Amino acid sequence: MAYISRRNRRKEREVQQALNNRLELVKEGFTRRDLIKMGLMTTAGVLIPKGGLTHAQTVADSSSFSSFGCFSGCDVGCSPQPAQVFVDPMPIPPELPARPLTDPGLTFGAPPQICPNNAPNPNNGNLPFEGRGQFNGLLVAGSDCFQFFNQYPTQKYFVERIRANPNFRITSDTNIPAQLIWGFNLGGSDPSDVGTFPGPTIVSRYQEPWLIRRFNELPTQSQNGGFGVPEMSTHLHNFHSAPESDGGPCRWFFRGQYFDYYFTGQQAGFASTNQPNGDINESLSTMWYHDHRIDHTAENVYKGLAGFHFIFNQFDTGNETTGFRLPSYPQFDIPIILTDKLLDPSTGKICFDTFRFKGLIGDVQLANGIVQPFLNVSKRRYRFRVLDGGPSRFYELFLTDPLSPSTVIPFWVIADDGNLLPTPIQVTSFRLGVAERYDIIIDFNQVKSLIGSHTTVRLENRLEQRDGQGPTCNIFAGGQGTSCVEFRIGAAVADASVDPATHPVFYQLPSVIAPRITRNFKFDRSNGQWVINDRFANCNELRYTVTQNSAENWVLINPRSDWQHPIHVHLEEHQILSRSGNGGRYSSRDSSFSSFGDCPFGGGGGGISTTRPNVPNVEVSRKDVTRLQFDENVTIFFRFRDFQGDWPMHCHNTVHEDHAMMLLFQVQPGVIDNNQNP
Amino acid sequence: MKGMTRRKWLAAAGVTTAAVGATGLAGTSTLFGQEATPASKHNYNFKNISPRELIQQRHLPNVELITQDNQKVHFYTDLVKDRRVVIQFMFARCKDICPVITHHLVEVQRMLNGRVGRDIFFYSITLSPEEDTPRDLKAYAKRHGVGSGWTFLTGKPDDILLLRKSLGFFYNDPKEDADRNNHSGMVVVGTEPLMRWAMCEGGADPKWIATVIRTEADAPLQGAVDGITQADPAVHVQTKGAVNRAAPPVHVHRK
Repeated sequence: MAYISRRNRRKEREVQQALNNRLELVKEGFTRRDLIKMGLMTTAGVLIPKGGLTHAQTVADSSSFSSFGCFSGCDVGCSPQPAQVFVDPMPIPPELPARPLTDPGLTFGAPPQICPNNAPNPNNGNLPFEGRGQFNGLLVAGSDCFQFFNQYPTQKYFVERIRANPNFRITSDTNIPAQLIWGFNLGGSDPSDVGTFPGPTIVSRYQEPWLIRRFNELPTQSQNGGFGVPEMSTHLHNFHSAPESDGGPCRWFFRGQYFDYYFTGQQAGFASTNQPNGDINESLSTMWYHDHRIDHTAENVYKGLAGFHFIFNQFDTGNETTGFRLPSYPQFDIPIILTDKLLDPSTGKICFDTFRFKGLIGDVQLANGIVQPFLNVSKRRYRFRVLDGGPSRFYELFLTDPLSPSTVIPFWVIADDGNLLPTPIQVTSFRLGVAERYDIIIDFNQVKSLIGSHTTVRLENRLEQRDGQGPTCNIFAGGQGTSCVEFRIGAAVADASVDPATHPVFYQLPSVIAPRITRNFKFDRSNGQWVINDRFANCNELRYTVTQNSAENWVLINPRSDWQHPIHVHLEEHQILSRSGNGGRYSSRDSSFSSFGDCPFGGGGGGISTTRPNVPNVEVSRKDVTRLQFDENVTIFFRFRDFQGDWPMHCHNTVHEDHAMMLLFQVQPGVIDNNQNP
Repeated sequence: MKGMTRRKWLAAAGVTTAAVGATGLAGTSTLFGQEATPASKHNYNFKNISPRELIQQRHLPNVELITQDNQKVHFYTDLVKDRRVVIQFMFARCKDICPVITHHLVEVQRMLNGRVGRDIFFYSITLSPEEDTPRDLKAYAKRHGVGSGWTFLTGKPDDILLLRKSLGFFYNDPKEDADRNNHSGMVVVGTEPLMRWAMCEGGADPKWIATVIRTEADAPLQGAVDGITQADPAVHVQTKGAVNRAAPPVHVHRK
């Protein structure tokens, strides 16, 4: 009896949900006739249950609200799901091996050289062997030689081959088919060395200059499986890099070519304020690399083209018995990239709607490429480097005891955007926009004391987001969000790492000096397109020039109450000086939104700065991505040191980025450009 | 549910009974609450549909349209299939943004140097099918100096609406969606058989628009990409002979 009555209730919910969905579709402006044409509605007015459209979701789901149910097929609420979650272990990406210069990958064409090897490759349609020196696909002879190549000789060489992998599994559930992804391999030429997601973790050390040769070995365009463009530009996100090695949007290379990326391995300031090795307080820790091909970044990164890059130094050593004594890499220092996907309900394959430009959120949550995995941990401290891999989702991440979801479980933030804070900050949650990273310390010994006999906690995203525009103001109650990873706590093991509660001191913040100029940038939408100061991305246009080795303030402005944009600037890091603080109002554009009023980002319980207006303490840091919230102005401070050339600033909601919310600026010595609204 | 049996209902949706149950439960479990569904409940009945066909079904409806010359055409089969296309929306009485965009695209057409109509096809679809007759569209094209290979289209309002939304030109907010200017700025650039679609901005510098169109059109055919040999390493290649003959995924229609 009970079973039947449950079924009936479900049926009722289905009917109600179908009605709701239909109303939502109508609200979207779809006529009844549209729906019939699309095969979504019968003439009797019933919505066809394409892949779960009519099914109840226990919480008002993001999805069906903002989009058109499953009309496009590739939409939230439509994805087939693995039968079980927390059954697959979370993979930890392997470390990319360094290679000798005699490696066939490094002798191919010519060994790495200061200026690009643009000799024609007769086996590749006479395209240049190397893609460096091409700008937006066009060879600019004599350009993009490496800056500082001879001053800081390369000490370590790496190779990666960008390849397809048609047998990638996001779950052990064989009802969900293997996926076609594009990824970075371990550098071998053997066909068995396939592209993976996440890509191998690259590990380097300051003062050890390195070079990575990447081959574009992707299949032809027509083999893309529905989305993806096989023209590559691999950006090392947040390293202090010259344009020729930065992997910017306009420096992509073709199939069959390679591209050498050289990095001085020095902290910012190495050729200006702090010669010859840079400012120790500009040391970075957690970076990532990803595709940046203009107009196609979102689909390419979504297809798997992303991996971590760690950099250590004499303080952040990777060894918990030395330096800052942070948990040892790799055993207790673990990267986690969060990505959300949509699966096509008719094929079970990861899908991406290339005709949608407002942003994409998924309903299949991955951590390190696996649907909601688990990780066995010991009862001690761990460092996790958590990255929002996009394309459009924001996260507010908590630790949740699934058996007691209201238990508050604190942990420590030690780095924002991969930059160690002056000292750890205790929080109960942290906010991630696309491309932001937080390094956190979880002390599972302490966690265990809070959860008693229970043995698992989950990294749970409690932030509501209904579409690609941005999050709402809702934070779900514990257990009501989406858990990304389950930590299974085992026995205690030795722990020599520093206890964040003892307030260890890391790097000091670099000084903030008077800016040479303050520039304003309005991130808006115009005629259906994304703009910065009313203009679009354009590889042919360098909008303004910053004087080399000067400092500037930039005011990032979001005039909209219904969008958020994570803004990323290449070359050097910035510091957030102030937030206007009115930045919390979600759109009043639709009365069915459940929350109104101010809901500024609270900093996860870590407090608000007493010196920087409305800036949470965890953001009193060096940053490379700043979330621009609703109706908000954010003032950020920069230095522009060492290199010359052009770099982008863009929205890192990669869908917005691809639809033109990007600009290029350049840095040149001795040029004074006083355009305040470029 | 009236008028439709459960069996028909499910068949129409292309799912099995088991799949419907599993989908709902698993969807719930994964996103909210995380109780697992027994694996035995799973029986997705996935189909082997090519990605190209999926794109066509979802984004390129084969609706009937009428050209500025009063010819009936079908959107997918006659205009988009096997072609490189540039698609945008406008309306003849538009005073604000459309004339600017059209002016830019006329510049772009000139910069593409004879390719429009040969291996790249431009389409402008009206946002006001109720008022724009083929004659209006023809007059608009003439007024703006539009060259050959660029077709202006109208059709039944329902069909145009479906087409617009399928191509991604929509806003959630009904008020914003009703503003035709909001759909007049974007330009879809696609190579249908290669499943390569991009969007560029009609308000951008025409030189940049032309660059985007050329890179979208030619980049996949570079080098050994599809077995072609070219002397010129630059992407801005001559179009003659640029189409792959060895393993042609692109069938370029020539008029």
